[in-house]
Amino acid sequence: MEVRSQIAMTFHLDKCIGCHTCSIACKNIWTDRQGTEYMWWNNVETKPGTGYPTRWEDQTNYNGGWELQNGKLQLKSTSRSKIVPNIFHNPSMPTMDDYYEPWTYKYQELFDAPEGDDQPTARPISMVTGEHIDIEAGPNWDDDMSGSPVYAENDPNLDALSADVRQQMFEIQRLSFFYLPRMCNHCLNPACVASCPSGALYKRGEDGIVLVNQQRCRAWRSCIAACPYKKVYFNWSTGKSEKCILCYPRLETKQPPACHHSCVGRIRYLGNVLYDASRIEEVASVPKEQLIEAQRSLILDPNDPEVIKAAKENGIPDGVITSAQESPVYQFVKSWKLAVPLHAEFRTLPMLFYVPPLSPVMSGSDGDITSNETEDLFHEIKESRVPIQYMAEILGTGATAPVEYALRKQFAVRMYRRQLTVGDVDEATADRALFEADCTREEAEAIYRLTSLVKYEDRFVIPPAQREQAIEMIKDPLDHKQSTGFGFSSPPMRV
Amino acid sequence: MLDTLLFVVLPYVALVLFFLVGIARYRKRPFSVTSLSSQFLENKKHFWSTVPFHYGILGVLAIHLAGLLIPDAILSWNAAPARLLFLEITGLALGIITLIGLFNSIMRRIRLPRMAVVTNKSDWVLLTLLMVQIILGILVSIFNGWGSSWFASSASPWLWSLFTLSPDVSYVAAMPLLVKLHIINAWLILGYFPFTRLIHVLVIPNPYLWRKTQVVMWHRDRKSVRVKD
Ligand code: HEM
Ligand code: SF4
Repeated sequence: MEVRSQIAMTFHLDKCIGCHTCSIACKNIWTDRQGTEYMWWNNVETKPGTGYPTRWEDQTNYNGGWELQNGKLQLKSTSRSKIVPNIFHNPSMPTMDDYYEPWTYKYQELFDAPEGDDQPTARPISMVTGEHIDIEAGPNWDDDMSGSPVYAENDPNLDALSADVRQQMFEIQRLSFFYLPRMCNHCLNPACVASCPSGALYKRGEDGIVLVNQQRCRAWRSCIAACPYKKVYFNWSTGKSEKCILCYPRLETKQPPACHHSCVGRIRYLGNVLYDASRIEEVASVPKEQLIEAQRSLILDPNDPEVIKAAKENGIPDGVITSAQESPVYQFVKSWKLAVPLHAEFRTLPMLFYVPPLSPVMSGSDGDITSNETEDLFHEIKESRVPIQYMAEILGTGATAPVEYALRKQFAVRMYRRQLTVGDVDEATADRALFEADCTREEAEAIYRLTSLVKYEDRFVIPPAQREQAIEMIKDPLDHKQSTGFGFSSPPMRV
Repeated sequence: MLDTLLFVVLPYVALVLFFLVGIARYRKRPFSVTSLSSQFLENKKHFWSTVPFHYGILGVLAIHLAGLLIPDAILSWNAAPARLLFLEITGLALGIITLIGLFNSIMRRIRLPRMAVVTNKSDWVLLTLLMVQIILGILVSIFNGWGSSWFASSASPWLWSLFTLSPDVSYVAAMPLLVKLHIINAWLILGYFPFTRLIHVLVIPNPYLWRKTQVVMWHRDRKSVRVKD
C-alpha cells in the first residue's frame, strides 16, 4: 500500500443553476491573456448538448484517454511507439475551430461612426487575426438550448440510446436539461502527463494537482490530444500548453479555487482523500463495468488505523490526514456513493465526482396533460424526464446502476425531509424509501446537511500545504532570515 | 583571403554562436525553447508542410552526418556504381520532399491570416535561408553529381580539419561555385540557429522512450520530513 493524498472535488449537479460565475471567476484570474482568450479552464455545458470543444466526448474523433489493448493500458492518441510520426503532425490534435475563434467588438466605432441614417454598430473582430469575423461558435454556444435539433441532437451520448428513448427526450412536454460544469479532473492516471514527450506535465506528489512546467513544454502538444476531457489547452501565442492549476496559490493559503469560491449554487465541494497509489494501473485496467467501483476502492478510509499508519510511513503529515477525515468528498464518493466520476470509461481515474441531478419533479407529463399534483412530486426515478440511460452514458460508463443508486438515495432523502418538515408523507413511506435506497435516517440527515445547509467550512476542507516544511528541505531558515517576501525571477540590477 | 574568411572564420564564428547562444538560451530563457507549433491554428495544410519537410530534412541530414562520421564506409559502399546511384537518387528524392514541405510551409504562412499572426521577421529570414539551402542542395546534386563520394573524400576531411583546430582550406578552395554557396549558407544557418525556432531541434525528447509513464514530483522529501511518530 502506498498512501498518497489527493485533492478531490464533488459537484452537486442538482444545485447548478448554470450561471457561469465559476467560468468567469477563472477567466478573470488566469486566461485573460493573448493566446488564452479561447480557453475556459472551467466551463459550464448544457446537457444534452455538444459541449466545448464541440463533441469532446466523442473519442472516436478526438482519441483522448486510455484504451485496453490485450489487457494493457494504452493511450489512444500518442503512445511511445507512435511518438515519432505524431510529433511532427499529431493526427488527433483539435484545432481552434473545434473550440471557437475568440472575438471582441470594435466598440470605438460606436463613437467614431460618421453621422448617418443607421445606428452605428460595433462589429465583431477576431482576437487572433484582428479581422472582422462572423461569429459561428462560442464556448457555451448551445447554452440552454437542449431540445434544439441543431445542438442537443448532436450530443455524442445519445448515440447509445434507442430511437424510442431519444424521441421521448425531445418531446416538447418532456424537454429537460441540466448543467454540467467541467474543469480539469486532476486525475490519478492522467493521460496528459503520460503523453508528454518532454515530461513537462507532472502530478504534484503532495496534493495530486496536475501542472504543466512552462519552462519544459516544447509544444509537442501530445497532451492536448491525450486528455479525453480536452482540459489541456494550447496557447497559440506562447507555444506552450496550459491548464487548470486548481488555483494552487490559493489552496496553499487555505482558500478554495476561484471557481469553487465563487459558485453561486454552492454546488462545489473540495477536500483531500487518501488513496493507494500502488494500485493505480491495476484499477485503471479493470473491465469497463467495474471501473466506478474499482475507482472507489482505490480511495482509502482515512479513519482506518492501518491506513493512517501507512500514510504516516509515507510521510503524509498529520494535518493532511485529519483533513482527509473531514473531507466532504469522501462522504459523497465513498460513504454515501452519491457521487460518480464523469466518463470513467476514459480510464484516467478523474478526481472530480458528480452527484447526478434529479430531473424536474414538480411536473410530469401524462399524455398531453402536465400535472402539478402532489402524487407526482415523487415520481418514479425511472420516469425521469432526462432518461436514466442518458445519464448513465455520461456518469455511469453506460451502466444505469451507479446513477440509479445515487438518484434513488437523493430521492429518499427528499421523502424523508418532506415527512419531517411538511408532513404530507407518512413515516412508513419515508422509511421504506430510505430502506430501498440503502440509506439510514442518520445518513439521510447527514446528506441533507451537506447538500442543503452547507456552510463554507463544510464545503471546503483544505489540507495544509506544508510549504514551510518544503522550504526547510531546500533552504536553511536561519540563513535565509529576513529574505522572504517578494522574490525576483532574475536578480535585480541597475544599468 | 576570402577563402579563409568564408571557410575558416565563418565556420568558427557559427560554431561559437551555435554553442554559446544555444546553451545560454536553454539555461537563461527556457520558456523560449519550444517548437512553436502552429497546428492548433490550422490542421490540414500543416500536414503537407511539416511532415514532408521533417522526414526529408532529417534524411538529408542523416546522409550528411554519415559522410562526416563514416566517410570510408560511404566510399566503399559507393564503389559499386549501382549502390552509388541508389544513394544519389535517395538523396535527391529526400531533398525534393524537403523542398515540397518547405514550400507548403511558406505558402501556408503567406496565405492564412491566422498564420501571419504567429510568423515574425526572424521566421521569414530562417525560412528563406532554409529554402536557399535546399534549392542549392538540389542543384548541387543535379549538376555536381556523385556528391556522396566527394563529400566523403573532400568535404569531410575539411570539416575534420576545422574540428581539430588545424583548418585546411585547400579541400574546399577547388570546389565548384554551387557547392561553395551551399557550404557558406550552411554556416549562416548554423550561426543563426540558436536565435530562431530551430532551437527545438536540440530538445528532442528522447527520455520519453524510457521514463516511467506517469511523472510525480514532490516538494518535500517525504522520508525525511517526518522524523518520528
Ligand atoms: C527530430 C527532430 C525534430 C523534431 C522532433 C521537430 C519537431 C518540430 C515540430 C513539432 C514543429 C512544429 C510544427 C508545427 O506544428 O507547426 C517543427 C517546426 C519546424 N521545424 Fe522541426 N523538428 C525536428 C527537426 C528539425 C530540423 C532538423 C529542422 C531544420 C533544420 C527543423 C526545422 C523546422 C522548421 C523550419 C519548422 C517550422 C515550420 C513551419 O511551421 O513553418 N526541424 N519541428
Ligand atoms: S457558479 Fe456554480 S451554480 Fe453557477 S454555473 Fe458554476 S457551478 Fe453552476
